[in-house]
Amino acid sequence: MSLARLLPASVVGLILLFLVFPIVVVVVVSFSSATYLTFPPPAFGLRWYEAYFTSADWLRPTWLSIWVAAAVVVLSTLLGTIAALGIARLPKAMRILASGLILSPLIVPGIVVAIGIYYAFARYGLVGSPAGLIFAHTCLAVPFVVTSVSASLAGIDPRLEQAALSLGATPSGTFFQVTLPLIRPGILVGALFAFISSFDELVVALFISGSGAVTLPRRMWDDLRFAIDPTIAAVSTLTIVLTAALLGAAHLLRRRTERMRTV
Amino acid sequence: MTAGRSLALPFSWQRAVPLMLAAPLLLFMLAFYAVPVATMLMRSVSDPSWTLSHYAALSDDTVFLKVFWNTLNTSLIVTAGSLLLGYPVALALVRAPKWAPLILVLILLPFWTSVLVRSYAWMVLMGRHGLINEALLAAGLLDQPLRILNTPLATQIAMVHILLPYMILPIANALRQIDPSLGRAASGLGATPFKTFRQVTLPLSMPGVAAGVLLVFVLALGFYITPAMVGGPREITLSMLIAQQVDQLNWAYAATLSAVLLATALALIAACYRLPGVSTAFRMSAR
Repeated sequence: MSLARLLPASVVGLILLFLVFPIVVVVVVSFSSATYLTFPPPAFGLRWYEAYFTSADWLRPTWLSIWVAAAVVVLSTLLGTIAALGIARLPKAMRILASGLILSPLIVPGIVVAIGIYYAFARYGLVGSPAGLIFAHTCLAVPFVVTSVSASLAGIDPRLEQAALSLGATPSGTFFQVTLPLIRPGILVGALFAFISSFDELVVALFISGSGAVTLPRRMWDDLRFAIDPTIAAVSTLTIVLTAALLGAAHLLRRRTERMRTV
Repeated sequence: MTAGRSLALPFSWQRAVPLMLAAPLLLFMLAFYAVPVATMLMRSVSDPSWTLSHYAALSDDTVFLKVFWNTLNTSLIVTAGSLLLGYPVALALVRAPKWAPLILVLILLPFWTSVLVRSYAWMVLMGRHGLINEALLAAGLLDQPLRILNTPLATQIAMVHILLPYMILPIANALRQIDPSLGRAASGLGATPFKTFRQVTLPLSMPGVAAGVLLVFVLALGFYITPAMVGGPREITLSMLIAQQVDQLNWAYAATLSAVLLATALALIAACYRLPGVSTAFRMSAR
């Protein structure tokens, strides 16, 4: 009996170890004091974080990634939320067509999207500019916003809006005082995912960032071609912490709204 | 106009509002995504003039055939590996509620880490002086470091690691929807735990399995970063071949290969989408 329970438990434990271990190794290596990549590190220190925080070559791409992602959040949340409101009320055939286009970046292979955008953006003069990255990343981030907001909209009891309207609220008053507060968590979750999707995006950036708009993932990629020094481990650890914090927040937010709805 | 109607907008106007709300995003995506991808794909039939010769040439293009086969083969191995490792975890996630929060964190933490960072992690682990080699050497199991990095095996291991959550989550969703009284009924009627699993749980979880397999296979087909970073220089994937052709400004060939990759992915989704439960499980697991 105990063996029958222990065996499956240890198998699952090993698989979970396989999932987490590589992440743990990167984090541990980032605190290494050695000048080369070795595990376990001979001693611990913050020299690779120092190397990162004192290098303009690393900080410049970091700031670019942050502000591109921030612009993507604004653009994709605005366009995506407004579109989600419309899509919910479209006739079925049009709804399928519209959501097909909007969700397709989740399925179309990244390389196909990337070279298509590169092909066209070279003509629009958008290669090597932050604007090009913002437009491309917005298209890739929008599916997260639309699915999240649409799910929030589907969970709203239509009687709440009807009640507001019948009590004399204008359509816009109903939207801002009833609908918007109800879908706000959905918008926030979508915005967090949009930020991460842009901040982490590499394939499109490889083709269109050129030399004028090098993002952090692109900078890491370029560095990996020549050396795998532990600076990248430090950068990786920082991005792991950032994404885990933001997406953990999104996860808790979504769980909480789901629970509120079932009450 | 009667008093009751005066609040509402004229009828035709009201019908146009949803479309007007969706229009800015749709136009944006057409301009910066759909039209760019479509015009690029058009190069496969319009270069130098209208022709299907680029597609016809693929059937005896040995480079393409080798790369395409390698891509399918890699996706197949990665999908099988993910299913093998994913199912037990999904089962534990649903059957051990006490551990579920911890298991979920252990699944989501790597899931939320970027593909680039996870591929880098595998470079650190599998390198010539990486952790795996050092451990095996220290244990006396090896005399000299094993070549793992830059082999097909490295790609397969790293891709299973990256895609595993996409297998676990839909299977867990399907398992969660199984009525627990069915299992109790089976064991009450004398079935062994194994028989209950094989005849009740496993068949009822198939929609989740199908969705996970579809999701992992389709995502694996388009992988670029991971095989480029940890894979072998010879065993390239379709995505890598496409990137190479773009670097050489071979747009017609790159577009043809892109169309083949896209068509393969879409055909698989279209073929499996009608299977019972797949579309729901697919939608639920799109993070």
